[in-house]
Amino acid sequence: MGRLFSGAALACLAPMAAAQNQVNMSPGVTDIGADIFGLHMLIMWICVVIGVAVFGVMFYSIYAHRKSKGHQASQFHESTKVEVAWTVVPFLILIAMAVPATSTLLEVYDNDEAELDILITGYQWKWKYEYLTDSGEPVSFFSNLATPQEEIYNTQEKGENYLLEVDEPLVIPVDTKVRFLITANDVIHSWWVPEIAVKRDAIPGFINEAWTRVNTVGLYRGQCTELCGAYHGFMPVEVHAVSREDFDAWLAAKRGAAVAQSELAKQTLSVDELMAQGKDIYDRSCIACHGAQGEGGIGNAIAGSPVVMGALPEHLAVVAKGVSGTAMQAFGAQLNDVELAAVLTYQRNAFGNNTGDVVQPGDVTGMKNG
Amino acid sequence: MGDHHHGPATGVTRWLFTTNHKDIGTMYLWFSFAMFLLGGFFAMVIRAELFQPGMQLVEPAFFNQMTTLHGLIMVFGAIMPSFVGLANWLIPMMIGAPDMALPRMNNWSFWILPPAFLMLASTLFMEGGAPAFGWTFYAPLSTTYAAPSVTFFIFAIHILGVSSIMGSINIIATVMNMRAPGMTYMKMPLFVWTWLITAFLLVAVMPVLAGAVTMMLMDVHFGTSFFSAAGGGDPVLFQHIFWFFGHPEVYIIILPAFGVVSQIIPAFSRKPLFGYASMVYATASIAFLSFIVWAHHMYTVGMPVAGELFFMYATMLIAVPTGVKVFNWITTMWRGALSFETPMLFCIGFLVLFTLGGFTGLMLSIAPADFQYHDTYFVVAHFHYVMVAGAVFSMTAAVYFWLPKWCGRMYNESMGKAHFWISFIGFNITFFPQHFVGLAGMPRRIPDYALQFADFNMMSSIGAFIYGASQLLFLYNVIATIVAGKRVSDEKVWDGAEGLEWTVATPAPYHTFEEPPLVPKPAGTI
Repeated sequence: MGRLFSGAALACLAPMAAAQNQVNMSPGVTDIGADIFGLHMLIMWICVVIGVAVFGVMFYSIYAHRKSKGHQASQFHESTKVEVAWTVVPFLILIAMAVPATSTLLEVYDNDEAELDILITGYQWKWKYEYLTDSGEPVSFFSNLATPQEEIYNTQEKGENYLLEVDEPLVIPVDTKVRFLITANDVIHSWWVPEIAVKRDAIPGFINEAWTRVNTVGLYRGQCTELCGAYHGFMPVEVHAVSREDFDAWLAAKRGAAVAQSELAKQTLSVDELMAQGKDIYDRSCIACHGAQGEGGIGNAIAGSPVVMGALPEHLAVVAKGVSGTAMQAFGAQLNDVELAAVLTYQRNAFGNNTGDVVQPGDVTGMKNG
Repeated sequence: MGDHHHGPATGVTRWLFTTNHKDIGTMYLWFSFAMFLLGGFFAMVIRAELFQPGMQLVEPAFFNQMTTLHGLIMVFGAIMPSFVGLANWLIPMMIGAPDMALPRMNNWSFWILPPAFLMLASTLFMEGGAPAFGWTFYAPLSTTYAAPSVTFFIFAIHILGVSSIMGSINIIATVMNMRAPGMTYMKMPLFVWTWLITAFLLVAVMPVLAGAVTMMLMDVHFGTSFFSAAGGGDPVLFQHIFWFFGHPEVYIIILPAFGVVSQIIPAFSRKPLFGYASMVYATASIAFLSFIVWAHHMYTVGMPVAGELFFMYATMLIAVPTGVKVFNWITTMWRGALSFETPMLFCIGFLVLFTLGGFTGLMLSIAPADFQYHDTYFVVAHFHYVMVAGAVFSMTAAVYFWLPKWCGRMYNESMGKAHFWISFIGFNITFFPQHFVGLAGMPRRIPDYALQFADFNMMSSIGAFIYGASQLLFLYNVIATIVAGKRVSDEKVWDGAEGLEWTVATPAPYHTFEEPPLVPKPAGTI
């Protein structure tokens, strides 16, 4: 019975973090988030008290000083004493508010002595994470919206984390001061995760700093908070805060995978491998603009496209460098040579294109190097 | 009106060529109401799409066009011109002048507005669609990444700016030169004072906006890099310039509203305005502070901490003069003889809801807390409390208050009260829950949202439809009044009303104060 109860209590509490109809800010899982929450509540209550007093006077007047009750208007119209009082007293209240606000702000700005640096780059409409460490293979990856189009367009039931789920989350260790270096590749974005109390604009050409120290292992979700174009509402942030050991293991595995990918780039892959990986990449990176069947949409059709059916170097150039003045982005920095080879192979053979061309990672490397 | 010996011309030329402040005021008011309905229609599209999670009615790109045009049209097309219309009608009558100082320019500053908005609205039908970068049009989304229609948007903004500057110069010239003998500055009605200060703000900041859009134009078409780091520029520079205009702009919108409320509350309290002089000083202080707080819109751009602290302290200071105003209004009501006709109801609605918006404004001024509020629905709720319940409610109060003087007919009081209560309830159902979703983490300007925000968004949409519908009742009431309202001929219309505009005949003749009046008991003071 006891277990049932505590289980039920847990089941009730666990979803509270992102509860349905949450009405207030969350103190989150960091000390600074708790400070900000405290500040928010303090100022809100001061406002509530002032509001009750001021509106209390007003509503009493509305009740008691009605013409319909025969109340006679008095004709007073100034009083230096009260006027000075209600200028000075609010000023003192403001000073009382400014003190804790200042100390919290200074803490937010204390970016020194971070134990881990992560470079976050905003792209239309995804985030790139790069772990900046002194040694070892660099680890970097893109984090895309994982919610399928069918859920967005209501042909499939929406999942619990609708629009707040990504294909590859940011992983950070708990009890560690993590510094985020935030920038953008195209327009201004803003990286926000309410529960770890970090929001900072990602500005192309400039690098902003922010930091967090997460106290609790868990999964925290956020969104882009600066209008960044059509799909601004579709670039969520997902952060997994894990223990130090789990983080080290995860980072090592990512490094291993990165090494394997660069090994793979030197090999010749089978058509099936390329097509399978190509489909994955297409569905992640191309589908929003070019359609599930390559029929086009915001972008041109892939099916029967003269670029796709034409010479390989031009096809690669469009994919890798984008087309300026259009929505076609440059994927050269977002996909490695294996991935580029796979998606080119896929595009050239899927959707009835059937060119029979097989593009190997080595071909891509070769063409890139001229 | 036509029965006066210097009556207006007839037909369309009356309106095209008029230099009469009342005609021009009327045109401004009708134009702004038309824009209010158009901007409101866009808001209905937004709320309809947000009624449920998932994309239902429009595509994300079109949704952004709706939010952008809603903001632009409400700020530049509805609220600003409505107060200019009010100024045209009332300032000459309040200071005992026969007309505005520069009547031909007055005609011109109105008539360039409709083509500007026609051009702005026509971008909806252009290739690539209308501007979709928000009413704040941050670069580089509005430059390198914008649809080709951005050029038309820039041109439209330039014309609006020219119109505003001409209107402001006219108001300043009128107030400074055309006051009746005895109408000293400190005897002017507060509406005239707030508009005089607003006009100075406009003249100061509209050129800054013009500079911002010109730099955009250069970046888009002439290869400069003002707002692109790749060419040595800075996207944040745009935000500094924009908000150096944008923050005074929000006071440009709200100060005349303060003026209106300061005229109406004493009338229905049958008691002089409390603290006239402190009201004037408070208005001037707010105007001054509005120039040194702009970066509180930009707490998250990564300013140095010293800058952050300066803008936080300066912003918090605004609470002092704003508080003085609220206390003065409430003390004006205190021990008055209150009655609650529609204009008074809208003013009390203003007082309560604007103050609520002021409280959330104070919360937003706290920089560290703003990191959690910034660009969420909490901000959306905040500025709709000050813009809609502040500016629009007071504008509505003004129309009910002066309409009988303008057309010599009384509006339907029950319908007016119904309009107030439906607006008040609809407004709060729309915007109060937005505080909650904002604090819970819903960003603004998104066409679709996570499931935990669903219930409050549905509530918001229902409230918006109620609030929107109530405006049609208002339109009907105003037209019914003009066409067939009960005639009033009493000069004062309202027993508590004070000021020169209530000394002329009702309806106000086409020409008033051709001879300067003797300034009687000065409005607002002893």
